[in-house]
Amino acid sequence: MKYLQLVWAALLRRKTRTLFTLLSVVAAFLLFGLLDSVRGAFAGAGSSVAGLNRLVTISKITFTMQLPKSLLERIRAVPGVADVTYANWFGGIYQDPKNFFPNEAVAPNFLDAYPEWRMSPAQRTAFGNTRTGAVVGAALAKQFNWKVGDKIPLQGTIFPQKDGNNTWTLDLVGIYNITDPKQRAQENALLFNWEYFDEARAFGNGSVGWYVVKVGDPARADAIAQAIDAISVNSDHETKTQSERAFQLAFASQFGDIGLIVGAIMAAVFFTLILLTGNTMAQAVRERIPELAILKTIGFTSGSVLGLLLAESVLLLLLGGVIGVLLAGSVAAALEATSGFVLPPIVSAVAVWVRSLGMMVLIGIVVGALPAYRGLRLRIVDALAGR
Amino acid sequence: MSALVHLRNLSKTYTRGLQKVEVLHGIDLDIESGDFVALMGPSGSGKTTLLNLIGGLDGPTGGSITVGGERLDQLSENALARWRSSHVGFVFQFYNLLATLSARRNVELPLLLTRLSGAQRRQRADIALQLVGLADRAVHKPSELSGGQQQRVAIARAIVSDPELLVCDEPTGDLDRQSAAEVLTLLQQLNRDHGKTIIMVTHDPKAAEFARRVVYLDKGTLADNAQRPAA
Ligand SMILES: Nc1ncnc2c1ncn2[C@@H]1O[C@H](COP(=O)(O)OP(=O)(O)OP(=O)(O)O)[C@@H](O)[C@H]1O
Ligand SMILES: [Mg+2]
Repeated sequence: MKYLQLVWAALLRRKTRTLFTLLSVVAAFLLFGLLDSVRGAFAGAGSSVAGLNRLVTISKITFTMQLPKSLLERIRAVPGVADVTYANWFGGIYQDPKNFFPNEAVAPNFLDAYPEWRMSPAQRTAFGNTRTGAVVGAALAKQFNWKVGDKIPLQGTIFPQKDGNNTWTLDLVGIYNITDPKQRAQENALLFNWEYFDEARAFGNGSVGWYVVKVGDPARADAIAQAIDAISVNSDHETKTQSERAFQLAFASQFGDIGLIVGAIMAAVFFTLILLTGNTMAQAVRERIPELAILKTIGFTSGSVLGLLLAESVLLLLLGGVIGVLLAGSVAAALEATSGFVLPPIVSAVAVWVRSLGMMVLIGIVVGALPAYRGLRLRIVDALAGR
Repeated sequence: MSALVHLRNLSKTYTRGLQKVEVLHGIDLDIESGDFVALMGPSGSGKTTLLNLIGGLDGPTGGSITVGGERLDQLSENALARWRSSHVGFVFQFYNLLATLSARRNVELPLLLTRLSGAQRRQRADIALQLVGLADRAVHKPSELSGGQQQRVAIARAIVSDPELLVCDEPTGDLDRQSAAEVLTLLQQLNRDHGKTIIMVTHDPKAAEFARRVVYLDKGTLADNAQRPAA
């Protein structure tokens, strides 16, 4: 610990330069913290359904593949299943493709599976009774200034109507609220009646995008998921029953291999960081050759000079890195709270910290290696003579 | 025989590319404990080279160096580093203080290599600063001190671990007359009152007068009248 003052003194030698280097480390690890929690969320999701009371059954091949509606009653018959409902992805566009929001055709009992989506009983009844009825989340209604009674025209992207018309005009009959911040993203969705959708669509009639299964005893969720998938085994529509979260993430993954994208971005960021910080460190050591020579003269061994220089770059990385990851935590929290963010990164903070700290030490050593080697090899008599 | 420094047939050859240059040719020299020797000679005669060998900063090509009974020419690089930390203090022309550390922290540096506690290190550093007359400048940075004061901080750093030997390479080379005289007086005091053995390279005959004797080096060989006492 007594050597820390030397490491500090070296870092404080050029305060502005150290500050800028520190800022680039902070920025890099802010990004790393955010992206790593997203990547971790994708990597870690879906393996276990134990303890969940709501499961999602989709096609085993790809979740965009439809399942026969005939599965409904067979799933309902599985012991332990309390209720089953279903939905189809509609993918309609409101006015302009950039107004993207999820919109789905849902079964009459779909909202029963989601009691945490709050809506007045009157609106709920209206939704059941209106053939072209639709409900939207409060956040979405606010975004487009929609009120109950409005007509909402959606352009079909996948499903045209039988009569060739591609505009689906829906009647807004209800607006729901979600208080759980972890689910807030669902307030950006529009749901409309599956019966209307199925009668009017030009193709695919009688097929279902996914089933939502309510489980009586969450402790038995694993066994129930296996029993459901066993129904369709060896058929042309084998299923995969998983957690809602895994389902959401699988959905998002269709836009690209998240792990690969995140990995590529981080590689680019860290490569730049290493070049930048490495250059600064090399410069800092070059300027300090006489000081290092003095340390050796006084009796510091080459090994301890090497250690001091490595400690310097590792400390710099740790300092900036910890600030960066802490910032990432608060940015993620802020995103979740205001939740325009579709995928709140709910991943073990410990895992992110372990990976980040590992990266900090590793990059610190990589960055410090060359300057430290230079310090190790420094010959006192040459350095003192300015050679 | 109480010679602190004992050189026999000492030679040093530098290799520049393919070219070999012998800078010191078979030097024999004894320096008694408690002596204050001024090492003089023309530029390029090998004074710094000889001083660095005696201080254990570099190894000889041939011959032997014994300092305080230790054969420096037989020590490994790390063993030499450890030996330097407790047996010799260095003073250079350009002070070579660490710019971001206070005077006290600079003086403390050699003590970081000992087992002393923080409080003990600080106490010893303050005693050394007091000895060089800079007790009131302990918290000043080098840039806040004059050249002469910086050199006195460097001297405090050289004596803080209480070595028997001080080697000084042109310690007054960068100072004005007044500051130079102060530094030389200080060295003389350390020699007289504290028994430090001092070897000082200098170009300045006035500076050499502060020493007990003068040794002349010319083209890598000690001059015949090398052992002549100072005037
Ligand atoms: N590391 C080295 N490599 C090659 N040549 C060297 C090296 N160090 C010193 N020399 C050469 O050895 C000779 C003696 O150098 P040294 O520095 O000992 O002289 P000096 O007496 O201290 O001179 P000055 O009074 O100018 O300081 C010079 O010719 C110098 O160029
Ligand atoms: Mg010299």
